[in-house]
Amino acid sequence: MNEPRETPPGARLLSFRLNGEDLSVATADHQTLLELLRYGLDRVGTKQGCDSGECGACTVLLDGRPVLACLTLAVQVEGRDVRTVEALAEREAAALLDAFDRHDAAQCGFCTPGVLMSAEALLMDKRRVVSQGEARAALSGNLCRCTGYTKILDAVVDASEKLVEAADRTREPAS
Amino acid sequence: MLPLLRTPVATPHTLEEALSLLAEPGARILAGGTDILPNLKRGLGSPSTLVSLHAVDALRGVSVGDAGLSIGAGTTLTQVATSGDVKRMAPSLAEAAESVASPQIRNMATLGGNVCLDTRCRWVNQSDFWRGALGGCLKSAGMNPEASFAQAGVCHVVPGGKRCVAAISADTVPVLIALDATARVASASGTHRLPLAELYVNDGVQNLALEPGEMLLGVDVPTHAGARRERYVKWRVRGSIDFPLVSAALRFDLDAGALTQARLVVGVLGARPKQVAVQKVALGRPLDQALATELAELAHRQCKPLENVPYEAGHRRHMLRVLVRRAIEALADEA
Ligand SMILES: Cc1cc2nc3c(=O)[nH]c(=O)nc-3n(C[C@H](O)[C@H](O)[C@H](O)COP(=O)(O)OP(=O)(O)OC[C@H]3O[C@@H](n4cnc5c(N)ncnc54)[C@H](O)[C@@H]3O)c2cc1C
Ligand code: SF4
Ligand code: FES
Ligand code: FES
Repeated sequence: MNEPRETPPGARLLSFRLNGEDLSVATADHQTLLELLRYGLDRVGTKQGCDSGECGACTVLLDGRPVLACLTLAVQVEGRDVRTVEALAEREAAALLDAFDRHDAAQCGFCTPGVLMSAEALLMDKRRVVSQGEARAALSGNLCRCTGYTKILDAVVDASEKLVEAADRTREPAS
Repeated sequence: MLPLLRTPVATPHTLEEALSLLAEPGARILAGGTDILPNLKRGLGSPSTLVSLHAVDALRGVSVGDAGLSIGAGTTLTQVATSGDVKRMAPSLAEAAESVASPQIRNMATLGGNVCLDTRCRWVNQSDFWRGALGGCLKSAGMNPEASFAQAGVCHVVPGGKRCVAAISADTVPVLIALDATARVASASGTHRLPLAELYVNDGVQNLALEPGEMLLGVDVPTHAGARRERYVKWRVRGSIDFPLVSAALRFDLDAGALTQARLVVGVLGARPKQVAVQKVALGRPLDQALATELAELAHRQCKPLENVPYEAGHRRHMLRVLVRRAIEALADEA
């Protein structure tokens, strides 16, 4: 996948980092990052909902900040760092995934990849226990049609508590 | 699902390159893309080239000088909303930036794109298919030469109207006008400045007083001496993400408790913001409950929302009065 492909006419070679891996891929000028991820790179974790900025299902992290892949052109991420929900399978997001599991924070699951990326950005930015209000504000661009949000917000706050507890444990040597 | 037309995208690294690319006929700027991309996906516009500003670092940043605050057009709304300098020197601008759309969109959206946001209308911000059923209007006919409908010279908001009244819907614009901001504008042949209020003309098809090839470099907000109270308020349905359906920027300068300057600028009426004439009533008076009621009535009398964005014009007009009164009451309490 990270071998440069031959560039078709009207296209260009794009280099960026995706979930820690340096990629060079062919992309057409008018292709969105969402289309490149899903249809060019087969990374279908990032969802295509409204395709027009309203729902947040396509949220990815660009240089650590949540953005919408449906309103980002692929050419705009040249040389930059993109993280998608696939990256959360790594160990450091275990607390967030575990909290979503314990709180039943996903029903149909369509919004979940986008919600997780907004939540991940909040937790990585604050690195402390977050309030319901902070979680609410951070997730205000993610629509969920199933859960009513309560379980999602509880899970995010819970994950932040677990992360702080884990950090405290590693800091204090066992007596 | 909503594919874009095969428009070439140019990615300049310097301002000079960007300006020379923009000089090509039909070229348009892509800043954060959060307005232009949804519009293009719905067949609104058919630029020859998109000039993406994402790599033009010179356009980004907030700086403070003797004259005041200077904000580059490429600065994101997240940066505007969280900048300590903006919060201190123009708190209502930070408030307006923070109220735009969602966190993801504010991380992408730029101040320049907000100031140059296309006007909005319930008859146009729809799919090609939806508009085609009506046969288009003064604004939508001609935006997409490949559209399924014929040219139509009608307005669905003002039947028989000859001028498009699509609404200016950008949150930062009323605030910037209330704060006497100036716009810095450049083209390949030079740079000039104009008061931000003069950047807008009364035509919803194209409400910006920019020539082809011109772009906004940034906005400057002058410093002020003495006490000031300012606020931005907007009414919308979902507090989490929606565009304003009516909005107001308020600014009051005080000396020894008496008003020396008063501004009330209202958005989402027609193609440009409206400055409500409040000086005669307000100057010399204290900021209090009585003034809140009077200025709210004045706004209600002078501003007539149209059926150009969702929700009844009459209700939006009522909500304007409520918002203005509550905002002034809150500012009076800040004493
Ligand atoms: C779901 C959703 C909700 C939204 N809610 C709001 C809201 O509540 N309030 C609000 O104000 N907006 C809202 N928006 C619109 C938009 O996100 C913002 O207005 C944003 O600030 C636009 O900035 P941008 O950089 O993304 O602009 P772009 O989309 O890149 O550009 C917008 C327009 O300005 C022109 N332009 C951009 N930069 C310049 C420049 N430097 N000089 C000259 N022309 C330029 C472009 O050519 C284009 O015509 C919303 C959008 C979505 C999708
Ligand atoms: S105000 Fe009239 S002409 Fe303008 S966009 Fe709306 S329907 Fe079309
Ligand atoms: S798919 Fe991008 S916001 Fe809905
Ligand atoms: S779980 Fe179904 S949309 Fe959120």
